[in-house]
Amino acid sequence: MGTAAVAGQPVLELTGIGKDFGAIRALHGMDLRVFPGEVVGLMGDNGAGKSTLVKIVAGNFAPSEGEIRFEGKTVHFHRPIDARTVGIEVVYQDLALADNLTAAANVFLGRELKRKFGPFAFLDHKAMAARALELFGELRSETRPHHLVKQMSGGQRQAVAIARTRLSNAKLVMMDEPTAAISVRQVEQVLSLIHRLKEQGVAVMLISHRMPDVFAVCDRVIVMRRGEKRADKPISDTSPEEVTALITGAKEAA
Amino acid sequence: MALPLESPISFTNVGRDKWWRRGIFASQTGYVTIALLLLVFVMHLGSPFFLTEGNLQNVANNFSFIAIATLGITFVIITGGIDLSVGSMMCLAAMITSMVMTGLSTPGEPGSSWFVHIAADGKTVLANVPGLILVVSVVAGVATALIVGLINGFCVAVLGLSPFVTTLGMLSIVRGLAYVVSNGRGSFPGGPDAEYFYAITSGNLYGLPVPFIYLIILASVMAVVLHHTTFGRHVFALGGNEKAAELTGVPVVRVKIEVYVICALAAGLQGIIISGWLGSAPANMATSYELNVIAAAVIGGANLAGGIGGPLGAIVGCVLLEVIRNGLVLAQVNSYWQQTLVGLIIILAVLVDRLRSRLS
Repeated sequence: MGTAAVAGQPVLELTGIGKDFGAIRALHGMDLRVFPGEVVGLMGDNGAGKSTLVKIVAGNFAPSEGEIRFEGKTVHFHRPIDARTVGIEVVYQDLALADNLTAAANVFLGRELKRKFGPFAFLDHKAMAARALELFGELRSETRPHHLVKQMSGGQRQAVAIARTRLSNAKLVMMDEPTAAISVRQVEQVLSLIHRLKEQGVAVMLISHRMPDVFAVCDRVIVMRRGEKRADKPISDTSPEEVTALITGAKEAA
Repeated sequence: MALPLESPISFTNVGRDKWWRRGIFASQTGYVTIALLLLVFVMHLGSPFFLTEGNLQNVANNFSFIAIATLGITFVIITGGIDLSVGSMMCLAAMITSMVMTGLSTPGEPGSSWFVHIAADGKTVLANVPGLILVVSVVAGVATALIVGLINGFCVAVLGLSPFVTTLGMLSIVRGLAYVVSNGRGSFPGGPDAEYFYAITSGNLYGLPVPFIYLIILASVMAVVLHHTTFGRHVFALGGNEKAAELTGVPVVRVKIEVYVICALAAGLQGIIISGWLGSAPANMATSYELNVIAAAVIGGANLAGGIGGPLGAIVGCVLLEVIRNGLVLAQVNSYWQQTLVGLIIILAVLVDRLRSRLS
């Protein structure tokens, strides 16, 4: 754990978060703190409650119990846009892209750049394309702003989804399986992007199945099983073997 | 925040498609337009009357009668919805307009004293302010359409009902209301302003039918709105991936209500224009026009699954339908063949699109 980064106030603090779907308890008694400039890996098998947790923090649905504090203030998100307003950006697993629009249009979806002509506001295509190209450049992705997402490879689509989080001054970026469907070279790019976010003091929560990725970029790893937190320790104090044991339940908690 | 680049970005393996494989040429709208031009050429060879001024005016007039409503429904189709109530809406809006016009022009009816007085001869009815009755009655018709559009939009966007079922119900409700308010008799635009009414709905301007001029203006506005405003961008996003639109902060409910309102307004306006040409608003007016309107939109390239469509396609679809009808008349083919042919063309247009996307 980077000692300097941990000092001070956590950017995100969850206390006793739980979520029930009817008779199913998807999440229970979840406590979690993420500090600025920290990269936290969230691991767990399918059904462990990772996605539920992400969706609660992203404002997709409210928790059944517990409290969310963002930068010290208690927050209640009713819609995803509420979470985005305070500075939480999410890269969804299915990427949330509109296939029939161009890459630039997708990056700016919901916060288009406009130019005023008297009482009318028109889309500023040029500025959006230029900014999108810049962002794709930072991601080292060969993605053209005016190409339709429909015609793009998995890696290009991923780049579009990640570029979206770079538009605003996000304080926490959550990535749900960002490296699951892309090429080796692009995995490298995504990981280096996570490093860059960290350098700028942005907190990153990485949800991933890929052990090497988590151990390559994360400061801390949190393991979930059956809707509960089973481990929360600095990456330097653990090993892939231990994490695997925690995920599968061979080891109950650490 | 701009991060320094370690090396310039290169697009070594990203080429550009050949011109005929991108943009309008790669769309259904593109090759339906080409098919239309071919058809016009064949018609010209087949009949010397086809490309005469009178016939072209006739064609322009006729396709304008469904094209404005087609523009409206194209918005709804792009979002992945459907509106089956357009035919009934045309009728009700036209009926309300002509009933209000007649009512306000009849001395003794409620409110009419503000608008008309009887001339010195004791028979002729004169308008207090020329044109005012026209404005009020058209506003009444359009306002009716607005209310129906709001209800459609509310049911689909807020209550989450299926667009097909909601607007199927609305088709029946609105048609029923048209029979109720008119007692099944239909109504006629009357009074001192009726002349203005006919002038703005079925007149000619510089040799062009007025409905055609409205169509061109509305289609141009629509093209700008769809491609150069946030609203248009959101309409496409909704049809492409509604969940993504929601997650990225697109006001999904508002946009959906707006497209149903636009569709109803376009249908209402279309109905008012048709009634001007017919000279009346019968209670069975525009029955099953929703099918023609949807057919024209689909032939022109709007995708019922959402995400694709535009004003050019809507117009091309309407023109194609009308040219075929006109051609069959000129060729003295039994006009009952028209419907069969329209059905064939719908399937053919969608089939060609399917083949093209398989090939590429």
